[in-house]
Amino acid sequence: MKSIENLKQTLIGRFGDQVITLAHGSGGKAMQQLIDEVILPFFGKPSDSPLEDQARLPLPQSGRLCMTTDSYVVTPIRFPGSSIGHLAINGTVNDLAVSGAQPLYLSCGLIIEEGLAFAELIEILADMAVAAQAADVQIVTGDTKVVDRGSCDKLFINTAGVGVLAVGMDSGITHIQTGDKVLINGDIGDHGVAILAARGELALETTIESDCAALTTLIQLLLAEGIPVHAMRDVTRGGLATVLNEYAQGAGVGILIDEGQIPIKQEVRGVCEVLGLDPLYLANEGKVALVVPADFAEQALQLMRSHPSGINAAMVAEVVDDHRGRVVMQSDFGGKRVVDMLVGEQLPRIC
Amino acid sequence: MKYVDEFRNGKQAQAIAKRIAELVKTLQVSKQRPLQFMEVCGGHTHSIFRYGLAQFLPEEIEFVHGPGCPVCVLPMGVVDDCISIAEQPGVIFTTFGDAMRVPGSKKSLLQAKAEGHDVRMVYSPLDALQIAKQNPQREVVFFGLGFETTMPSTALTLQQAAKEQVKNFSLFCNHITIIPTIKAMLDSPDMRLDGFLGPGHVSMVIGSQPYEFISRDYHRPLVIAGFEPLDILQSVYMLVKQLVDGRCEIENQYERIVPQMGNEVALRSIGDVFELREFFEWRGMGSIDHSGVRIREKYADFDAERKFSMPRLKIADPDAAQCGEVVTGVIKPEQCKLFGKSCTPQTPIGALMVSTEGACAAHYHYGQIEIPLSQVVSR
Repeated sequence: MKSIENLKQTLIGRFGDQVITLAHGSGGKAMQQLIDEVILPFFGKPSDSPLEDQARLPLPQSGRLCMTTDSYVVTPIRFPGSSIGHLAINGTVNDLAVSGAQPLYLSCGLIIEEGLAFAELIEILADMAVAAQAADVQIVTGDTKVVDRGSCDKLFINTAGVGVLAVGMDSGITHIQTGDKVLINGDIGDHGVAILAARGELALETTIESDCAALTTLIQLLLAEGIPVHAMRDVTRGGLATVLNEYAQGAGVGILIDEGQIPIKQEVRGVCEVLGLDPLYLANEGKVALVVPADFAEQALQLMRSHPSGINAAMVAEVVDDHRGRVVMQSDFGGKRVVDMLVGEQLPRIC
Repeated sequence: MKYVDEFRNGKQAQAIAKRIAELVKTLQVSKQRPLQFMEVCGGHTHSIFRYGLAQFLPEEIEFVHGPGCPVCVLPMGVVDDCISIAEQPGVIFTTFGDAMRVPGSKKSLLQAKAEGHDVRMVYSPLDALQIAKQNPQREVVFFGLGFETTMPSTALTLQQAAKEQVKNFSLFCNHITIIPTIKAMLDSPDMRLDGFLGPGHVSMVIGSQPYEFISRDYHRPLVIAGFEPLDILQSVYMLVKQLVDGRCEIENQYERIVPQMGNEVALRSIGDVFELREFFEWRGMGSIDHSGVRIREKYADFDAERKFSMPRLKIADPDAAQCGEVVTGVIKPEQCKLFGKSCTPQTPIGALMVSTEGACAAHYHYGQIEIPLSQVVSR
């Protein structure tokens, strides 16, 4: 980590007063300099051979390949606790990790708006390098484009990821059964609130930071200890409510949430109360909702709580035979209500 | 969370529910038909569904969802007017989030935004004024809507704009007022309500005094209610108690917020900026006398109605939609022919399907726990 920080400071010292121009995406000298002197030092090369148009990777000895892709367009590109750089690594890593795979390689496509300060780009690249190191993945290929001012908002990043799924790993929605328990690895809604606050449109100040983190080691811990996970999804846009609805509809089962068990920070609850938002729909970037057989639920919970990304893990719901295809919440208050898929954006109520 | 959790205590709710059930058994009328209490305000509708309050009440009591959701009663023609302003060159059109999804005759403001017009969501009219100050070369219009709850902040914003001479700012005023609307419902031949839960936040501004005619002239009880689940259950208890005692009064359950005479400062601002219109068109309820306000001559420079030309057409609701009957409590949302079929939160035909405070959206999202899987999947 220290060497990434040193590299960042050196590059900011060297390029700090410059901005990205269309020439940096033109394929000529400026682009070559950007790649060789700014991007590659952070990501490294997979081998000492000259740079080719593609990465050449060894095949796994057994198991299956897993592949995913995701684009990152968050605004602002830097927000409390994280940035688009961390997100671009962890988001794609998590999409692989929730299959049970070990993520190995990522690509990095940068779409940069002309006028972006080099210093900002360097900061984001450093964040990507730090996140990749933490998640134990290599960035092995990439692409850089620069577009006219106004054609994108500062910086968009696409990352594709490749991982290896061990023989016998086969979790998925169709394995969900009545009686299973749903676990989550910690407080919900932090990322959504951090982004809302960072946009500065609300005169609200919070100390909430994004929960952006890779989930690989947490999930691998559970698998290594023999927890027969039935299904896993990372809880991102649309929040916990959306993932549970996907489970309920995909598996044709009912899901009953116990409101009192949902881990959430008081501050996040407070923001939701003030703005009329439902925390069940708030975005997260370091959360997974696992479905496990009831017999293994307690053991899985203890394992999660022993991991730094799962200290506040909780058992939040169970799979039931009633109201098939629907998610219902037993409220603390005593009543039950349907928790539906989100329609449109979550808009605050006006009175 | 302090000052919130105390009002969401399930044990206390059970205790109140038990007392309501015992009390209602002593009423003769409830043995022939259920008592119908209308919650006037959309905020109450939302709480009732969110906390499943109907499950706490005996079957002798029914909630009827009233017209107090401002976006739900917006006529389509007004949405068309908004869009025609937003489409004029150089305009930044601002409003609250909920209003952006209400369908007009051709499209919603959200669709106008997608087509490239500058439509922005704000959380307060003061944010819109700020946008005007930051963009002096653009015309910034704020679409103001809502009852007396949101009226004071709009009024203060206009006063501020006048004081600072922000000439590129104007208000498209569609604020409405609740009292004439309650009166119109009481005058309706379909009227069969046994009592009202009065709107808490409106009352915070206007006080409890303006409701006196309801008990005096129409002999119906009203209890001004807070928005937490225990507030609502306690208010229902107070209504039943009045019926049992043979009383008919205006009572205030929400005393911690609502003063009898309302908020003087807010009322003064409203009076300075707004005056009553002769009539105002409500979606589903038609034209109601003196139920809307417009901007006084004194603030004419900030009046979007005088600044912009707009179609001002009256657009009838689709024939099959029964928004009017739902909004006055004559039928329940799922009894409407379009409910859950062509009219859903994704494709709303009536505005009651748009806001989370609308009765139809609330029924759709929170109601009907036992829907067969086939219907869920085919949506």
